[in-house]
Amino acid sequence: MFRLEARTSTPAWFNLALPLLAIGTTLVLCSGLIALAGAGVIEAYGVMFSASLGDSYAITETLVRATPMIFTGLAVAVAFRAKFWNIGAEGQLLAGAVASCAVGAIPMPGPLAMLLMAVAGAAAGAAVALVPATLRVKFRVDDVVSSLLLNSVIFYALMALIEGPWKDSFSGYPISPPIEDSANFPVLLEGTRLHLGVVAAFLASPLIWFLIVRTTLGFRIRVIGENPEAARYGGIHVERVLISTALLSGALAGLAGVGEVGGVHFQVMSDISPGYGYSGIVVAMLARLNPLGVVPAAIFLAAVMTGAEAMSRATGVPAFLSDVIQGTALLAMLVALLFTAYRIRRVGTAK
Amino acid sequence: MSVVFEQIFQVGFLAAIIRIATPLAFATLGEMFSERAGVLNLGIEGIMLLSAMTGFTATSLSGSLWLGVLAAVLTGALMGGVHALFTVALGLSQHVCGIGVTLFSSGLAYFLYRLIFGQQSVPPSIKGFETLPIPVLSDIPVLGPAVFNQFSLVYMAILAVPLAAFVLYRTPWGLSVRMVGENPRAADSAGVSVIATRFQAVILGGALMGLAGAFLSMVQFNAFTFGLVSGRGWVAIALVVFGRWDPWRSAGAALLFAFVDALQLRMQASGLGHIPYEAFLMLPFIFTIVAMAVMSRNAVAPSALLKPFRREER
Repeated sequence: MFRLEARTSTPAWFNLALPLLAIGTTLVLCSGLIALAGAGVIEAYGVMFSASLGDSYAITETLVRATPMIFTGLAVAVAFRAKFWNIGAEGQLLAGAVASCAVGAIPMPGPLAMLLMAVAGAAAGAAVALVPATLRVKFRVDDVVSSLLLNSVIFYALMALIEGPWKDSFSGYPISPPIEDSANFPVLLEGTRLHLGVVAAFLASPLIWFLIVRTTLGFRIRVIGENPEAARYGGIHVERVLISTALLSGALAGLAGVGEVGGVHFQVMSDISPGYGYSGIVVAMLARLNPLGVVPAAIFLAAVMTGAEAMSRATGVPAFLSDVIQGTALLAMLVALLFTAYRIRRVGTAK
Repeated sequence: MSVVFEQIFQVGFLAAIIRIATPLAFATLGEMFSERAGVLNLGIEGIMLLSAMTGFTATSLSGSLWLGVLAAVLTGALMGGVHALFTVALGLSQHVCGIGVTLFSSGLAYFLYRLIFGQQSVPPSIKGFETLPIPVLSDIPVLGPAVFNQFSLVYMAILAVPLAAFVLYRTPWGLSVRMVGENPRAADSAGVSVIATRFQAVILGGALMGLAGAFLSMVQFNAFTFGLVSGRGWVAIALVVFGRWDPWRSAGAALLFAFVDALQLRMQASGLGHIPYEAFLMLPFIFTIVAMAVMSRNAVAPSALLKPFRREER
């Protein structure tokens, strides 16, 4: 006989074992789709791996791809810690991209431009996140729905800009004018696209970890997420902490947009984000909302995305496999998390 | 402005409202059943997309429209079952599971569509449903051609509203649904299986979301496109709140949203040219957010919404 037993504590190796278990399960489940497409499973995953992590150039490309998802992953992790259900990282990213692009187009010394782009992008993202947080605090509007709906509003606002005042008058394409060359983030390795924003993302992860684990604000964020009544009883102004969380979360998502404009695209177009905001949710969950775990989780998703394109070219399996993998990984991780709450115990067949 | 007003009370405009409201009504009723049983289903956006794809594909391969509708309904029910498995049986976070179901279903829809139809320069289309005028009723001036010269799926949506109200308020099963959504422990004591009832409600909800998807790919567009659902699922979740978890009010909310949407389409067309069309596209979403801000203070959600039920835990 087996029995489910509540678990009081979880060993540290779970932090590594659970995501690996979830990812392993996901790859096994999704191999069915590869077989359905008539390709060899080993071959397809092999191409995926070698194209994303197989050589040093591929690794730099994967890191560039991981950068926006590190930021959105951190944004979601911070928000979910406080049980502020920010599903709006996508819109906040777009707002950050637009703001940093507007600033980057103003001629000024390079370092100053990059700094101001980051400030403007973070501010724009924070401003967008403020909307669902305020609506929740003041009007009791469900933050999930308002942040989701806001994504559409921001997207149409971006489209109005690039099809209107920002439209490329020379080519007629709906793309914004490029930022100044001096505002382009410096490339760190000759011959690659590894830009300054990648380093910023890697630094942001321990920084946010420190903030969550070691500071008063971080403590408050965790407490209002785990037990709002106790937090209120303990004298914490729950609404104010929620607003601070939203500002922090939105700013991080906005920085994802800054990195894409300053380091990758140098302008804004309609498909500047292939859903990095939603991927941030998958990243944050795989990381168990731990800011330090966000980096490897984002690298995994980035490898899947970069690898899927190469796999599609080599084997004909649609590259949309990477979207299926993301969704499956999220669900698999949720199930794996059950092991943190319960353990399976073998018990004698007692009468 | 008078141009705008003249266009409001035209047959075409009324018919447009009904058509826009139809998938929203199905989706809103589906979400409402799920939430009345205590389960938020954020998978709605992806479930609609996947159902639209399977419905389109079944019709495209078999040539039968109703087989397509059936495929869409079964797909929706199946994905509802998946969501229930995670949230009801395993008691996992409804928010995150819903997002997971949406990501998974959307990815699967795109993957399978590309696998079956390949990458074509002209996207494949089907010969969708034709209008089915109802004798006598369709001769009523204005209302007749707008409401009674519609597609069979539109009539189904119109009938679904009183039917949903009847099931929810006048049948034993409806009572069980409301009980497990309000006070699952009391329902359990009264001998109602909380787990089974929630499963049934979420699956029924998924089937209705499937109908919404079928309408999009088989009536509205006659094709499967990548932006097919474009936020309609999220809107439906807001409409449930706006409709205070009641079938009649939810359907009313869908009609109101459809009115705003039809209005913005008219305004786009009627040459208010200096305003970018995206401003109009935003309008229904902003309207929904504002409507929620106005309504949410008094809205009372089912008490057990978002709360998993485990019998052994007190």
